[in-house]
Amino acid sequence: MWRFALNRLLQAIPVLLIVISATFMLVHSAPGGPFSAEKSVPPEVIAALEAQYNLDQPLWQQYISYLGDVVQGDFGPSFKYSGRTVNELIAAGIPATAELAFYAMMVALIIGVSAGVAAAMRPNTMQDYVPMSAAMLGICMPSFLLGPLLVLIFGIYLEWLPVSGWGDMPGDKIMPSITLGTGYAAYIARLSRGGMLEVLSQDYIRTARAKGLSERVIIFKHAMRGGLIPVVAFLGPAFAGLLGGSFVVETIFQIPGLGRFYVQAAFNRDYTMILGMTIFFATLIILFNLLSDMLAIWLDPKLRHQARGNN
Amino acid sequence: MGLFKASEQNQEQEQGTSLWKDAWIKLSKNYLALFGLSILGLLCLVSILTPWIAPYGYEEQNLILGATPPSLAHWLGTDIFGRDMLTRIMYGGRVSLTVGFIATAVALIIGVLWGAIAGFVGGRVDAVMMRIVDIMYALPFMIFIVLLMVVFGRNILLLFLAIGAVEWLTMARIVRSQVMSLRKQEFVEAAHSLGLSQWTIIRRHIIPNTLGPVIVYTTLTIPSVMLLEAFLSFLGLGIQPPQSSWGLLINYGVETMEEYPWLLIFPGVTLSLTLFALNFLGDGLRDALDPRTSKD
Repeated sequence: MWRFALNRLLQAIPVLLIVISATFMLVHSAPGGPFSAEKSVPPEVIAALEAQYNLDQPLWQQYISYLGDVVQGDFGPSFKYSGRTVNELIAAGIPATAELAFYAMMVALIIGVSAGVAAAMRPNTMQDYVPMSAAMLGICMPSFLLGPLLVLIFGIYLEWLPVSGWGDMPGDKIMPSITLGTGYAAYIARLSRGGMLEVLSQDYIRTARAKGLSERVIIFKHAMRGGLIPVVAFLGPAFAGLLGGSFVVETIFQIPGLGRFYVQAAFNRDYTMILGMTIFFATLIILFNLLSDMLAIWLDPKLRHQARGNN
Repeated sequence: MGLFKASEQNQEQEQGTSLWKDAWIKLSKNYLALFGLSILGLLCLVSILTPWIAPYGYEEQNLILGATPPSLAHWLGTDIFGRDMLTRIMYGGRVSLTVGFIATAVALIIGVLWGAIAGFVGGRVDAVMMRIVDIMYALPFMIFIVLLMVVFGRNILLLFLAIGAVEWLTMARIVRSQVMSLRKQEFVEAAHSLGLSQWTIIRRHIIPNTLGPVIVYTTLTIPSVMLLEAFLSFLGLGIQPPQSSWGLLINYGVETMEEYPWLLIFPGVTLSLTLFALNFLGDGLRDALDPRTSKD
């Protein structure tokens, strides 16, 4: 398994190189320079600014120096927030986003797994239909709709929870976490139902039943380990989705996190910020995909064997 | 002997079409899927006919009227400029559905071609092509679309291409694995040994057998594409005014939801209902077309 992980990490290097090159080229082929928005700026000021940000050098030189900086973990200065580096801005956004993503994942896993397992235990009964219909509703209710509706009901009409902020008032983390987590809870419910149903029909479960084990032991000890592998494999992609979802949720609830910074950078055409954050996100996503794959391999002896065989 | 052979051929023909007939029978028993199909049909019809049946003009303002709750004259109320919400949702639906269908078509074409070539040619070509798919899977595509929209401006044509360009990956994987497994099936080998040409085998055996999963996945891609468009429009990075889409209407609705909640609720319900319908249809089609479930 460690060889598998090392292999995947080595493979990630060219992938990241492609990401960096592609985003760099894309950003630099943008029509209109980063300072073209300020109309009344005299040309000599623009020239000075461009010199400050190395924009007057040929493109390949900029690329090489940028690549060198990135390898050292330096994303350079922000175009729009003068005096601040992209690293500082990313670091400022990490705590809120990490916390939000963690809570949302907890919401998703707890609701999703329990709903899916409950549904799989009594398929084609009300215990199956009700959570699965709710899951379908969750999938069809995007975060940018669910969030405002929750704010409307619990924030404005009932006045139970604060409508925005992060860590300023008690309870202001509840709605963002639920908004972000619900869609994933729905997917996880469907995945765990499917996985559990498949496992529960297998011989070793019949053996366990024949041995007279209690239903609880069968479900929690024997079936869940195999039945939840699809959920574990989904965690990597789900994390990438959570980052994307944080764009919306952080914008709605005005949370000072990475997602909101990214959207703001996109609106401000803050090129170094977009470039740096894209690379940062890509690295995170690759890492999380690797982690979720490794977890799935650890859980599934069949995959473990394959991973060993391939390397 | 000749008679026997003819009847046998006849039987074979019947079995050849029975997959589709079977699927239709199963689908018509699935009320949720039928509900989805009828909602989708209705939406397409309304979208096509919108310029003729919309009760008001798209940009028809009535500033004196302002925002009003649903009434007989304006079934879904009016927005702060006194524009009829039903009309705006109908026009927004045209854009949302168009994005859904065209971007899915882009994804379908790229994905099927990519997957089919990789599956057919196999070997090193297949390895390289699938490696590319794997790499693209690892990329944060949502971020890439935002990046594309920022760099090249918010152009609707680009939106089609950008969404299509990220949604083809799963399609390529599905088609490839289908083609790969079909190539090794006995009936394809049998067709080879009967001396059928490569093209006939592709046309008669490979294509019909990959069609099922492709249709199912296409139906499921449309809602996810529409969701992506709404997501981007909500953030202000997708469809730009004066054009409208459901995502953009939801975005406007959120701004004024405290005073005029119907401006958020109606476009929201419309979008959710559409996604619901398409997902149910996709699930129903999967149940109907999956040969594994057709045995019982």
